[in-house]
Amino acid sequence: MIRETPEISAGSMADIAFLLLIFFLVTTTMDVDSGIVRKLPPPIDESVPPPPVNKRNIYTVLINSGDMLLVNGKIGNLAYLRKDVKEFLRPHFPNNPNFPETKPEEIDFIGTYNKSKGIVSMQNDRGTSYKTYIHVQNELAAAVRELRDELSKQYFGMDFKALLETDEEKAKAVQEAIPMSISEAEPVNFGGEQ
Amino acid sequence: MAKFRKDGGKKLPAVSTASLPDIIFMLLFFFMVATVMREVTLVVSITAPEAAEVQKLEDKSLVSFIYIGKPTKALRAKWGEADRIQLNDAFAEVSQIGDFVSLEVEQIAEYKRKRHIVSMKVDQDAKMGLVTDVKQELRKANALKINYSTRKIVAAAN
Repeated sequence: MIRETPEISAGSMADIAFLLLIFFLVTTTMDVDSGIVRKLPPPIDESVPPPPVNKRNIYTVLINSGDMLLVNGKIGNLAYLRKDVKEFLRPHFPNNPNFPETKPEEIDFIGTYNKSKGIVSMQNDRGTSYKTYIHVQNELAAAVRELRDELSKQYFGMDFKALLETDEEKAKAVQEAIPMSISEAEPVNFGGEQ
Repeated sequence: MAKFRKDGGKKLPAVSTASLPDIIFMLLFFFMVATVMREVTLVVSITAPEAAEVQKLEDKSLVSFIYIGKPTKALRAKWGEADRIQLNDAFAEVSQIGDFVSLEVEQIAEYKRKRHIVSMKVDQDAKMGLVTDVKQELRKANALKINYSTRKIVAAAN
């Protein structure tokens, strides 16, 4: 007669699984990394002079070592920055000398669009705190995003984020019409280092 | 009328624990899928600044991290209070960033190298001086796609 093999107790299985579970809890992180994405300009060639830019096309934002803003030569405020930048980057047509020039351009899905030539130029001091820098970056990005949302709603009836998920080609057209024209000036030292 | 039986001596059968391992395994798999392995031990303390206009980092294998902040409390006696750069597991100097980037890029499959992103995890109280130096080094190393790591806040209207 064949003796039945006794069943292996599964009671300790839970303990083993618990051990594994705790190991994974300890060695892993759950945070999803997110952040503000930027593109750095390629290293500059000193022999090539920078292209001439009309003064009315530039919106300067300076941050000093005391985290204070100088916007177009006047003391600025983080609370109004987004609104002002948005107004500056919005294409003003017909020609308005207080705002950047526009250039008619053929864009897929949108047609002829008077694209603004405005550029936001941002410069900071070595003593500027990272927090303020990110705050300004965030406001500038928000201004561009809001303009894109408006355009996207006007032409495609949804905001830019939804458009990006549904139709990438159309989203590209919006991106082309309203570029992320934020430039960071070559670093200098002003306002003294702390 | 219903008749209630009372068989006093009978005990309640014990709740079967046979499915307990399955439940734990389920938890285990959840954590294995939802988390990533911690790659480095931080030697600098970092509290990321907050921002609303953030994008997610899609593919972790394409991202290299540069950490900037003050040394952690335990290491402050030895390394001082000033902001420092951390690459991989150790403190580093600005001059080492070029080598770090080229090493990181080499580890990525060739057809994906264009999508390489450098994520800067910087403490919110750090000064821009060091960050600017790092950015200049990254430009020299031709690592132009960067990401300022931030905590996401729900967009405030102002």
